Amino acid sequence: MTGGLPAGVPAIEAVDVSRTYQLDGVSVPALRGVTLTVDPGDYLAVIGPSGSGKSTLMHLLGGLDRPTGGRLVIGGRDVGSLTPPELATLRNRTIGFVFQAFHLLSRTSAVDNVALPLVYRGMGARQRRERAAAMLGRVGLGHRLDHRPNQLSGGEQQRVAIARALVTDPTVLLADEPTGNLDTVNGQAVLALLEELNTESGVALVLVTHDNEVAGRARRRIAMRDGVVVSDSAAPPGPAEAAAAGGAEPVGGVR
Amino acid sequence: MRFAEAWRVALDALRANRMRSALTMLGVIIGVASVVVLVAIGTGAKREVERQVEGLGSNLLVVVPGKIDIGAAPAVSRLSLADVDAVTRVVGDPARVAVTVASGETVRAGRRADFTTVQGVLETTPSVFTRQLGRGSYLTASDVDTSRRVAVLGASVAGALFPDRDPIGQQVSIAGVRFRVIGVFAPLGQSLGVDRDDEVHIPVTAAHRLYGTQRIDGIAVKAPDRERIDALGDRIVAELTRRHPDTEFSAVTQQQILGVLGDILGVLTGVLAAIAGISLLVGGVGVSNIMLVSVRERTREIGLRKAVGARPRDIGLQFLLEAVLLTSLGGLLGMALGVGAALAADALSPVPAAITWWSLALAFGVSAAVGIVFGVVPAQRAGRLDPVVALRAE
Repeated sequence: MTGGLPAGVPAIEAVDVSRTYQLDGVSVPALRGVTLTVDPGDYLAVIGPSGSGKSTLMHLLGGLDRPTGGRLVIGGRDVGSLTPPELATLRNRTIGFVFQAFHLLSRTSAVDNVALPLVYRGMGARQRRERAAAMLGRVGLGHRLDHRPNQLSGGEQQRVAIARALVTDPTVLLADEPTGNLDTVNGQAVLALLEELNTESGVALVLVTHDNEVAGRARRRIAMRDGVVVSDSAAPPGPAEAAAAGGAEPVGGVR
Repeated sequence: MRFAEAWRVALDALRANRMRSALTMLGVIIGVASVVVLVAIGTGAKREVERQVEGLGSNLLVVVPGKIDIGAAPAVSRLSLADVDAVTRVVGDPARVAVTVASGETVRAGRRADFTTVQGVLETTPSVFTRQLGRGSYLTASDVDTSRRVAVLGASVAGALFPDRDPIGQQVSIAGVRFRVIGVFAPLGQSLGVDRDDEVHIPVTAAHRLYGTQRIDGIAVKAPDRERIDALGDRIVAELTRRHPDTEFSAVTQQQILGVLGDILGVLTGVLAAIAGISLLVGGVGVSNIMLVSVRERTREIGLRKAVGARPRDIGLQFLLEAVLLTSLGGLLGMALGVGAALAADALSPVPAAITWWSLALAFGVSAAVGIVFGVVPAQRAGRLDPVVALRAE
């Protein structure tokens, strides 16, 4: 399941992407030229301390934000050339988000929360419910369809959010600190679920985290600091990058 | 997003904040209800006046000194009985000419007293105007010719002065002069809060002596038919102008009176509706305010919806429908309240009220429009929210 992309085309391609914020007339660079490719079925972790630009990178990779410099292509479409409605449709078709804070609609049942992205596809109510229920079954919550978020545990809530992210059959699943609000047991279970979905459905999994242990499970690790990528285990690092990587532990595959 | 889906989301949002929705709606409810009630009262008053002017009798021509117009100052009458004779010659039939000279006087019978309008009239009054006697008889030509001190009482004057006796044959004193009661009018009832039975008729000649004047306030002529009414009016005005070259006279028909009164009441209704409209406007501002609060409160929800693929238009539509739903529901409730209040006022008070379909349609249309107008800004604000910023909101 690669969102209908032709073979060999990356799910997301960022070339020298930068993002600068204007705060009271002062330019604050959050990303300073990031080049990165996410291939279909990838499992990569973006790691770095807070303020390193990893959240900004995730917003850009998910099409929630636009770069102020460089070229960003999601699902074969150049983000810079898209209008806000086109970008919304692109998010709906190719990206699934999982947030640290779950972001579930509190007055809405689990199944309706999962079905929400399908609403914006214009899908009928019955079909939405069928697909959402099937997806909840897949994340092990088939018995909790009509529970509201406040009737579910934190781990269950994050499973609902994962089901919502995957119900649209996206190419890339972006998870921003998905275990940050969970205890160790639930956190491990959620990670295991994400990995299982990555293996079974082939959705690319991008995990943003500051937790080295979590990042250590990824097949590929990208370390960020001060708005630049300091190491990418998929690319041979230069000596300077390797030295600057600092906190990021080396994993297998880094030469 | 499908339209029906957007309605459902909007309705859910209103339900989730029941108290706030109800209070916001209250502004619209009051606004719409007051529009409906005030327009109903204005319309009712207009119909009531029309009914009464038509009830005076058909083909009536009223001749008064001065101009008949909105805002014209009443002229001091210089008409006299000699002028009435001249008008009668023009009309050619004394039975078609009535006059009045009116004054507010205290009428006493024993220890009871009643302040009322005492009108000096000719014996022709009941035939020119449609007036019916309840008891006794009306003034005669001989009463007028001889200034006889006889009086015909309106029903409420009779009731006030003689609550437990037959007034016929009793004595009353008007401004200290004794008159004998010879008749009582059949009751006409109230209209627009005015008691139409609060009057006393005496011979015009006796009134002149009583008030120490020779003046006539106005002359009424019953034309033989509708076709000749305007020509007759012109001839009467020409005759009176010949006799009083320096005074202006007007002859007005019921149609003209209806037109003038209709204009006045139309303006009045319009002003009332405008005042009520202002309250509707204030209600609309309240809706706008609450929608802005709602957008702020639900910023994270907006961010999430955008993240999963809602376009700016989808979000805007959701909030716009919420505002329209709020004001439309308020409009419906306001209409129900307004109709109820108008019907109650009509049934339980002297205030006449008539519900018109156009006023209901207008009130509902305006309330829905208020929702659109005052919902657009919050909806646009919601639609344009940056999803990254929205997701980070507290």
